[in-house]
Amino acid sequence: MIAGADPLFAHGVTGVVILIVLIKVVVGFAVWMGAVTMMIWFERKAISDMQSRIGPQRWGPFGLLQTLADGIKLFFKEDLVPAEADRFVFKLAPYLSLVPALVTFAIVPLGGTLHVAGHAVQLQVANPPMGILVMLAMSGVSVYGVMLAGWSSGSKYPMISSVRASAQMISYEAALGITVVTVILVSHSLTTHGIVLAQGQGVWHWNVIRLGVVPFIIFWVAITAELNRPPFDVVEAESELVGGFNTEYSSIRFALFYMAEFMNTITMSAIIVTLFFGGPAGWVPPVAHLRWVFPILWFLAKTGLFAFCYVWFRAALPRLRYDQVMDLGWKRLIPLSLGWMLIVAGFLVAPGWGFVMAATVLLASVVLAIALERGASRATGPEAVLEPVGRRPLPEERLRSLTDREEG
Amino acid sequence: MSATVYALPSIVVFVTAAVLIVVGALGVLAVRNPVHAALSLILTLFGVAVAFIAQSADFLAAVQVIVYAGAIVVIFLFVIMFLGVGRSRHDHVEPLVGQRPLAALGVAVTVGGLIALLASSHWVTGATSASGSSLVKGTGNVRQLGTAVFTTYLYAFEATAALLVIAVIGAVVLARRERVTEEAE
Repeated sequence: MIAGADPLFAHGVTGVVILIVLIKVVVGFAVWMGAVTMMIWFERKAISDMQSRIGPQRWGPFGLLQTLADGIKLFFKEDLVPAEADRFVFKLAPYLSLVPALVTFAIVPLGGTLHVAGHAVQLQVANPPMGILVMLAMSGVSVYGVMLAGWSSGSKYPMISSVRASAQMISYEAALGITVVTVILVSHSLTTHGIVLAQGQGVWHWNVIRLGVVPFIIFWVAITAELNRPPFDVVEAESELVGGFNTEYSSIRFALFYMAEFMNTITMSAIIVTLFFGGPAGWVPPVAHLRWVFPILWFLAKTGLFAFCYVWFRAALPRLRYDQVMDLGWKRLIPLSLGWMLIVAGFLVAPGWGFVMAATVLLASVVLAIALERGASRATGPEAVLEPVGRRPLPEERLRSLTDREEG
Repeated sequence: MSATVYALPSIVVFVTAAVLIVVGALGVLAVRNPVHAALSLILTLFGVAVAFIAQSADFLAAVQVIVYAGAIVVIFLFVIMFLGVGRSRHDHVEPLVGQRPLAALGVAVTVGGLIALLASSHWVTGATSASGSSLVKGTGNVRQLGTAVFTTYLYAFEATAALLVIAVIGAVVLARRERVTEEAE
């Protein structure tokens, strides 16, 4: 029925198969939770090194158990729900942040195929036929966590943060989706397993090179904005918004948001590796017993590299202004990803069509550049541009009407 | 294929999806708070996605979640939250007089038509259907869908695209009305 592309289910679902699936889920979850605690520690340690601080050092060797200590502390703290909050949604929102991060990780191929008890076991928790679309769907769902957290808090600044978040995440989803289409076009497969297999023949077959570097850069920027990581973290700009959408959260619910952020960071590093860097592909020694270990090591090394890049961004790059974030998304990334997708599609049909497409895209980008230039040089400011249709309430009034308690 | 025998897992999946869809749909109608109503709508959309997967329409299920749950309901919520509809108490003032009986009539006609259609036609979906039987198991049905959209239904597809572009440009024109006097002078 829902067999998918997984060879594990090729000979029917037996007790052994169910056991293998359960083991995959449990091992995947355990490894991943360990990776999340390590990621939190690594980010704090790496940033403090970059900023000439010491960072966590008290718990365990090199402060490795710091995350555990933080978790225990947060777990035993008092759990506050603001009086103005919408209680049900307030309690639901952290899970809406956490679950998409978990589900996305399930489709990431961690290694090659293993043969256990006559069954071919793919080293990934699930390999659904819609494959990479699950990632897009889950990044769509994860908007709700941030958005509803801000709204249900019944407080001004979380509300502003959640409005920013939803606008930003929807904007960058378009560029993200178009870039994924480019990858699907050359891979001839929607499944993550198929995408990784298509890149298996060596470095020159990795999508980052085969597609030209541009889609990878678009995807990387868009996914960073989707994660609300620096330099796109206007969602939780501390200097403007107190703490962001999670200002009113405390105790374990705050910890869930915090964990979801780091989970997403790891998951998206893994997705980048899967889509553009061949996933577990890499040099394997000609020793029979090591043949399944090395792909996993390659995958971990590549993912670790990107996780480090995220930490590096956080320490090195200043935060973008909100209008800059929006301009980058709508005026640069979406046209660029669309044009590049057309060129790639043209070259896949025939080289001649590829050049025709490239010329068309070049012409279109010149037109677009002129249009943007003319739009930017028009008179701006509150006096010159907008005459509202009817009277719109000012943002302050809108927020007050949302957050102030209705008397009587 | 007159009498299809359904396996227990398919029945469980179908019942789960059906319960999700119906509970979500009733929730949209019954709940007072608009944000909760939007959340119920998401529940319905996910139920429909599960039903799609049970019918081997994987791509449709993914697009259902990406487009409807991931974008459209987010826009609904955005508007509800930003305009603060939830806290006002104007819902007993009817803006259109007599819309309730007309709406009831419309619902009755639609439901009656649907039931008549269902009763008079023979529906086969999923792996046993005409298009589903040619599916290689587990490859998904993006290829069939793409071929259908870009050959058989090309005009409908392009017309929809044009309609959406018109809607977007219309919205921009309505929202950004420039001061004409300054341009003229």
